[in-house]
Amino acid sequence: MSAKKIVLTFPKDKIDKPIVYKLIKEFDLSFNILKASITPDQEGHMVLELDGDKAEIDKAIKHLKDEGVNVEFLSKEIKVNWDKCTQCGACVSICPTEALYIKDRQTMEVAFDPEKCIACELCIRPCPPRAIEVHF
Amino acid sequence: MAKTIQEINEKIKKGKAVVVTAEEIIGIVEQKGAAQAAKEVDVVTTGTFGPMCSSGAYLNFGHTRPKLKAGGGTATLNNVPAYTGWAAVDLYLGATAMPDDDPRNKIHPGEFAYGGGHVINDLVAGKDVRLQVEAYGTDCYPRKHLDTWINIKDLNEAVLFNSRNAYQNYNVAVNLSDKTIYTYLGTLKPKLGNANYCSAGQLSPLLNDPYYKTLGIGTRIWLGGGIGYIVWQGTQHNPHAPRGKSGVPKRGAGTLALIGDLKQMGPDWLKGVSLIGYGPSMAVGIGIPIPILNEEIVKYTAVKDEDIVAAVVDYSDAYPNAKADVLAEVNYAQLKSGSIELKGKQVPTSGLSSYKKALQIAEDLKTQIKQGEFLLTEKVADLPAGESAPRFKPLKERPVKEGK
Repeated sequence: MSAKKIVLTFPKDKIDKPIVYKLIKEFDLSFNILKASITPDQEGHMVLELDGDKAEIDKAIKHLKDEGVNVEFLSKEIKVNWDKCTQCGACVSICPTEALYIKDRQTMEVAFDPEKCIACELCIRPCPPRAIEVHF
Repeated sequence: MAKTIQEINEKIKKGKAVVVTAEEIIGIVEQKGAAQAAKEVDVVTTGTFGPMCSSGAYLNFGHTRPKLKAGGGTATLNNVPAYTGWAAVDLYLGATAMPDDDPRNKIHPGEFAYGGGHVINDLVAGKDVRLQVEAYGTDCYPRKHLDTWINIKDLNEAVLFNSRNAYQNYNVAVNLSDKTIYTYLGTLKPKLGNANYCSAGQLSPLLNDPYYKTLGIGTRIWLGGGIGYIVWQGTQHNPHAPRGKSGVPKRGAGTLALIGDLKQMGPDWLKGVSLIGYGPSMAVGIGIPIPILNEEIVKYTAVKDEDIVAAVVDYSDAYPNAKADVLAEVNYAQLKSGSIELKGKQVPTSGLSSYKKALQIAEDLKTQIKQGEFLLTEKVADLPAGESAPRFKPLKERPVKEGK
């Protein structure tokens, strides 16, 4: 078993075609949609976390590419520089996946769970001491 | 049984003072009652750490050979402009100052990566800072240019001087519009996407002495990791704000003007911050000891988050257009729970003020007092309070007509 986070970009003409369901049906994968946005007459974006047999994941990715979907692996990593962090919590209500959260409501300590992070980068600029960093 | 500050100081000197934080006193008063708590506890320590824009520092960088007068000219520190309109080699650097070539909000929202608050942080951290001065030259101060590295340890004076700090309560900011806005209270997502607050609540200095009975002009405080003093009421000091239970203001009310030796302070407690779309600022750490002189004072310090109410204000319209509209009142226990209910919607909350740092400050001040390193002071004058205090008012605009 293996897990992988991928970013899919659907071209305009593929938005109305059923593509992603095949990941379950044909490749026996399970997936978690971390983020999805489709605007009419524009591109569609989706961030998926795929779970399943490694060989099947590779086949599934080939299938997506054959269908004309652009596939990128989520290789960016978000890190909090705790020396810079002032523990204010401004990031917490910005983070869409609760990867940045208040660990202890008594002390209001801010914490980061990289497992939940989808590297959307929404937190980067709202952080007043700019303590959140993107690593490639 | 009333105590005096002198008696408390005698106990501090002997290492016998009972000192607790403004968080700890809540439980003590609940368990033992105010009368007993007032007998047992000598000092309650408070703390706050958050962006405070009306902060800055003045520096005297020493005379050059030949001499130079910065006044009437221009000066920058790491490219950030400092105010020169003083005598020859004195400068004032404000926390929100930014380089002339910073693009501001030309590409909205601006980054504001480096400003006055960051320079002060670099100075306090002992880093070399580039000073550039352009002067016009006089008979007694002939030199016209200066471009040099300076270091805080070589300056004659480096003094933190903040005209408005430690706001007694503050707005909770939300955004009712349908687009994201960028404010000094952080990034506000559209349609009540989040709610941002900025107060240490039950730990906040002025919320623990709501009528300024013990603290006032001359009070020695913990400032930026060093020692500071209250020098005056802060600008916009407004004791007339509506008050709730135990006299705690429900809106922004009292403020403090503070001073202290920057050379004694620490970079962890004066942090440059970049408020996206708004500007640079500085997060300042402040701790104020409250002497428990009697039962009344201990009751004030036992204030808890549930009892402190703040106003929820729409920063997409009401705030910028100076409308008095308040959407709702919420308390700090609700704000610190992670979400508040507004218009039937659960709205996630964020603090801009760090409660964790505030707690560290209150604890540090407690330790210093317990170890006899920090003595309390009598105030030399009161902060304005009561009916006779000046009122905070908006500008009465008198537009200037062309040609007159």
